[in-house]
Amino acid sequence: MHLAQLNVAHLREPLDSPALTGFLDALAPIYQVSDAAPGFVWRMKEGDEPTDLIQHDYGPMLVVNLSVWESRETLWNFVYRTAHLEVMRRRREWFHRIAEPYTVMWWVPEGHLPPLDEAVARLDLLRAQGPGPEAFTFKDFYESSDAACLPAAAEVTK
Amino acid sequence: MTSDDLESMSVLGDPVRRALYGYVAEQGRDVGRNEAAEATGVQRTLAAHHLDKLVEAGLLESGFKRLSGKAGPGGGRPAKVYRRAREERTVSLPPRDYRTLALVLAETVDLLGGEEKAEEAARRTGERLAAGESAGLVEVLRGRGYEPYEGGGRVRLRNCPFHVLAESHPLLVCSMNLALCQGMLAGLGETGVVATLDPRPGECCVAFTSAGTSSKNNVD
Repeated sequence: MHLAQLNVAHLREPLDSPALTGFLDALAPIYQVSDAAPGFVWRMKEGDEPTDLIQHDYGPMLVVNLSVWESRETLWNFVYRTAHLEVMRRRREWFHRIAEPYTVMWWVPEGHLPPLDEAVARLDLLRAQGPGPEAFTFKDFYESSDAACLPAAAEVTK
Repeated sequence: MTSDDLESMSVLGDPVRRALYGYVAEQGRDVGRNEAAEATGVQRTLAAHHLDKLVEAGLLESGFKRLSGKAGPGGGRPAKVYRRAREERTVSLPPRDYRTLALVLAETVDLLGGEEKAEEAARRTGERLAAGESAGLVEVLRGRGYEPYEGGGRVRLRNCPFHVLAESHPLLVCSMNLALCQGMLAGLGETGVVATLDPRPGECCVAFTSAGTSSKNNVD
């Protein structure tokens, strides 16, 4: 099984405002790190440019990010043990602080590249029911063996 | 603290074991029996005996590895190697539990969105800790358990003294640790060195470089 992760972030200013330049500039170097990181499998791309953000129907102020990794450890090491950490420290410059969970993880069969509606359904599940084998976080993590035996893990209501 | 922790520690009562443990821990990599014996000045069989006792006590981990670096035929038989166990041991008499309280406080900072205040407090604490220290930066870091070493022209830190918290609240704790280190530099009056985040797997997230120069330059 592979580990999928969705992040959502609510912009403070529109993407084309000067306040967001730092964020857009950080994308190229960070994608270079993520795409070469041990355990990286896939990330959803909208176009060839790093600044081509994923298009979606949740409004212009929401930035989403969806990727698949080989394991918790490889994802954790990328998020917190690379230059990504420094960029994440600046998140308040660009994004609102939100009380709800803004990141979710779930297990996917190897080779499955989750579509965005699947990912958003997992985030909704986490927000509605709290962490469980089908939708969880680093802090409340569930192993793939916990998820595999659950039929609900394979099909999410769309 | 558990009685297991206390028992593990008591294994270190033997000076040879303590020297072997210290040597292996300091290398930050797999260490073979021959190397450990030579470094601590004891016979190989004696070193092997004590290294295995340290593994039994859970203070070291062992594995097998071809030390020649060659794989396949001609690479030689894999040798037994040792490294420091990842699991941490705490002994406090009488029992104290600062870890649980620290986890609660980290959670509280998250809930309040108080990262900036936490970093300010860490910076002040770092200044206080280092003020009046007569030792240099590396010695102060060593004394605080960071296990500093030179690497790639920087002073890097092999050990994260806040490991458990850094695992559960990485963004908060690594930011606070950076502020703490910056505070220590200020407290030491060390203006020629800057602390920056340069995280890598398995190590502390902070590294020190000479101020005003690129990362390729040495720390004086």
